[in-house]
Parts: sequence; C-alpha cells; structure tokens
Amino acid sequence: MKIMTCPINGERPISEFYYWGAIKTPPNPDICSDEEWSDYVFNKNGAPGIKKEFWCHSPSNTWFVAERDTLTDTILKTYLYDGGAK
Amino acid sequence: MPWRLLRFGLSKKHPEPRMFDAPDALKPSYDVVIIGGGGHGLACAYYLARDFGITNVCVLEKGYIGGGNTGRNTTIIRSNYLTPEGAQFYDKSLELWQDLSTEFDLNLFYSNRGHFTLAHTDAAMRTSRWRAEVNKHYGIDSEVVGPEFVKKHAPMINLQCGHHPIMGALYHAPGSVARHDAVAWGYGRGANMRGVEIHQRTEVLGIDTKGGKVCGVKTSKGYIETTKVLSATAGSTPRILKMLDIDTPIFIHPLQAMVSEPLKPWLDTILVSGSLHIYISQSSRGELVMGASLDPYEVHSTRSTLDFPEGLSAQMLDMFPFLSEVKVMRQWAGMADMTPDFAPIMGKTRIDGFYLDAGWGTYGFKATPVSGKTMAYTIANDKPHELITAFSSERFKNYELTGEKGAASVGH
Ligand SMILES: Cc1cc2nc3c(=O)[nH]c(=O)nc-3n(C[C@H](O)[C@H](O)[C@H](O)COP(=O)(O)OP(=O)(O)OC[C@H]3O[C@@H](n4cnc5c(N)ncnc54)[C@H](O)[C@@H]3O)c2cc1C
Repeated sequence: MKIMTCPINGERPISEFYYWGAIKTPPNPDICSDEEWSDYVFNKNGAPGIKKEFWCHSPSNTWFVAERDTLTDTILKTYLYDGGAK
Repeated sequence: MPWRLLRFGLSKKHPEPRMFDAPDALKPSYDVVIIGGGGHGLACAYYLARDFGITNVCVLEKGYIGGGNTGRNTTIIRSNYLTPEGAQFYDKSLELWQDLSTEFDLNLFYSNRGHFTLAHTDAAMRTSRWRAEVNKHYGIDSEVVGPEFVKKHAPMINLQCGHHPIMGALYHAPGSVARHDAVAWGYGRGANMRGVEIHQRTEVLGIDTKGGKVCGVKTSKGYIETTKVLSATAGSTPRILKMLDIDTPIFIHPLQAMVSEPLKPWLDTILVSGSLHIYISQSSRGELVMGASLDPYEVHSTRSTLDFPEGLSAQMLDMFPFLSEVKVMRQWAGMADMTPDFAPIMGKTRIDGFYLDAGWGTYGFKATPVSGKTMAYTIANDKPHELITAFSSERFKNYELTGEKGAASVGH
C-alpha cells in the first residue's frame, strides 16, 4: 500500500487522503477579464513534472501541501500551507 | 496450433503478407503528419486517404501500433449519451462501426450485446429517464426498464446488490463490444494500402512553428517538414501541447481494468453500475472484462495498484456473489486524458496547421471511426466538421461546457 505523510498525523495509507489538484494563484477577480478568469478556472499545465498540490487527510480534515513527481508518483515533501506567504 | 503456423516455423520464408509495411526511413516532408498510432490517429489517416485522396501522410508512433489506450480499453461501444451533441456524435460512430469488418476484410469480432446502466437510487432512475428521452428524440434505441427485465437478461445477478437494490436500468440494445487491436490494424492496413506510411518506434520530440504556423516536426528518426500536424496521443497529449506552450483543461489520471480467468459463457450483456462504479462484460474467450472509475489523482504512467482489484471485486461480489471463487488473471492501466465536462477537445487550435484530437479519457474507443472521419474532414478543409464544433477548445474560454458527466463518469 502506498503511504503518504500527513504533516499532523504522520505516515498513513494513501486511501485516507484525497487529492485536490495543483495549487494555482487566482488573478484578481475585480479587475481581470473573463478570459483571464476562464484561463485560471480551466486551463492547467497538464504535463508531468514535480507539482505542488493540495491534499487532505480526510479522517482529521487536515489540508496540506504535497510536492509530488506526477511522472513517477513519488511524494517528495509534505507540509502545512503557509497561506501563500512569499 | 494451425498447420499453417507450423509451416511458417519450419520455412525461412514468410509468404503471409504483414499487416502493413515498415519503411526504413522518413521522407523529408509530408502533407500531413499524424502523431500517435492508436485507433484515432490511424482512422484519421485512413479517411484522409480514402475520402480526400490525401496520401502523402505519415503516422508516427513512439511505441507500437495500438499499444496506447486503444489496446488497453474494455471495448464498450454505445451511443446513449446525455447531451444532444454527444448523442448525435456517438450515434454516427455506431453507424460507422456496422460495416467496418466488411470494409477492412478483417474480423473485428464486433458483437452486439445490449447495454444496461443499472440504477440503484431515485436520482439514477431520473437520469436514466432523461437520457432515454434525449436518446429517443435523436432516434437512438434507448429505454428505461424494470428489475425483472434486468434479471431476465442477466439471470445470475443479485438484484439486492448488497445494500444497493437495483431499481431499474437504462437499456440500450445496440451496445456492443469489439476486438480493440484489430480496429487499429484494420485502419492501419487500410491507410497503408492507400499510401500512408506508418512509422513505429518513432517519437515526436518537438514541433516547429514560424509566424504562428506549423512548419516541421522533430522526431527520434530525424526532421520532417510539414504544414499540418494532428496530435492524437490520448494520455500523452499534455506533453505534446507543452512543446507548443498550449495549456488546456486536460488532466491525466490512470484508468485501470482487469480480466478474470476464462469461464463458460454466462453473461451476454454489458452491465454498468454508476452507483457501484463498476462495469462488466464477458469476452468471446470467456474472460470477464471488468472496470471501474478513474484513479483518484494525477499520474502519468501505466502502473497498476492493488487497491484497484480489491475495491472492484468487493463491489462486483455484491452484484454477482457466485464469482467469489473466480480468479483474476491480469490487470493493467492506461493514461486517461480527461476534461472537466467529459467531452473531447477536437479541431483547430490557435496555431495554424496544428490540429487536436484529445480529451478521450475513458470513453474514446467507441468514437474511433467518427473521430477519424471528422478529423480527416477538418484537416482536409481546415474547417471543423459540423459534428465536432461543440467540442472545440474555445468552449472553455466562452464558458460553454457540455454537460456529459451523467453519461460518461464510470470509465467506459
Ligand atoms: C482501462 C481503460 C478502459 C477503457 N474502456 C473504454 C470503453 O469501454 N469504451 C470506450 O469507448 N473507451 C474506453 N476507454 C478509452 C479509450 O481507450 C481511449 O479513449 C481511446 O482508445 C483513445 O484512442 P487514441 O487512438 O486517441 O489513443 P491511444 O490508443 O492511446 O494512442 C495514442 C498513441 O500515441 C502515441 N504517442 C504518444 N506520444 C507520442 C509521441 N511523442 N510521439 C509518437 N507517438 C506518441 C502513444 O504511444 C499511443 O500509442 C478506456 C480506456 C482505458 C485506459
């Protein structure tokens, strides 16, 4: 069974987690065009690579970030989201 | 073993012609370059040559013919989709399937079984009625049936289905299965006979453009000049699009399937349960061909997991408890190219001369003939065929998504 590390609960079977997708930064909805917004909502870099993704440990509802290689399905790092601080 | 085979084994000559010839080298230029030797790419090459007389065409396949999703799918063919654009498109495909074996002079083992989408909840019954009405409106054979009818056609079924009693089903009499690799070979041979070159083990590494127009293709076997390129690469589509810096909503999740050991024939229909997320049919060899929903997260490989047969078997035993002693023979996966609205992305792109046939996810095998035909039209005329205008990539920009999820979400 594949194991993922929850930043709060430690190593757990992957079936306890769900995947939310790569983290994207929205444009400012007040000033962006409809087209920029649709680009944000729908389009993505669908090619394989190392991606930062939102995951959730569902029994504890812990949301966190995973850095994962989507070609080899290797989980490189998991940590709590820092709110997008630079 | 047939005697013919033994004779070939003993002789050094192989008088039996190959399905298609294997040219040594690429020509310096082609009128059309098709990336991907799956059913879709080969069908497009076939119709380009047959219907439009465009024969200076090459199909480039990085592995072997049909080694992608074409040879990994569970071969369900049906047209009982939910949206008018979907239903009409897939129904045209169903029509084309009918005489393909004759046209190719190759037995595709096209086998008409009847297709049930089982409903275990009121909501599922409601969707069944909705689909039946849309289908009937377009002349598609589709009706809502009760549990007795299901039992009559699949006597081994447990209508109680664990905690999910079957309330009825959407029944689609034309539902069929076919032999997938024969479809790729049939189109490949037909295209090749008309002059199309098929290059296996030839990978596309880059696409060159000049002033927003396609001008050439870099491959592992050299450079080709061309002004028209089609990508029909299913699970590898985002990698091809990356070469051109095109972002689309396409995302890749694996879709898995498995077969049991061969059994005597006992199931001659195709059964799908949206609530249990499983489907099953019995192949002409007697194996039970079984599938479920997509894997839950993005992965770009064809790895299998143990979770899959475990989960699928648990649900299957609710429906057919007598299968508990039956062994699983093989499991595998394909990379499904999914879109947010469960409809393909077909047609022209913002780069002149670059055409896309993708987003076929879990449901594109049945569309092989019609997508080949409509993409050939689109490439020959540089104008989308009327059956595919609703599937253009522009629909996302214009917030005009199709609503096909209800009819396509369990992978087949
Ligand atoms: C498990 C499973 C079950 C399914 N069940 C059904 C079903 O029951 N009914 C149904 O209708 N559909 C089903 N599907 C979906 C269906 O299989 C696909 O949508 C369809 O086969 C896609 O065909 P294709 O020709 O576009 O792609 P493919 O057959 O995948 O062909 C694409 C080809 O492109 C090649 N390629 C990729 N990159 C490059 C490159 N850079 N250079 C050269 N070549 C390249 C690949 O090697 C591949 O051979 C299922 C899919 C899976 C995975």
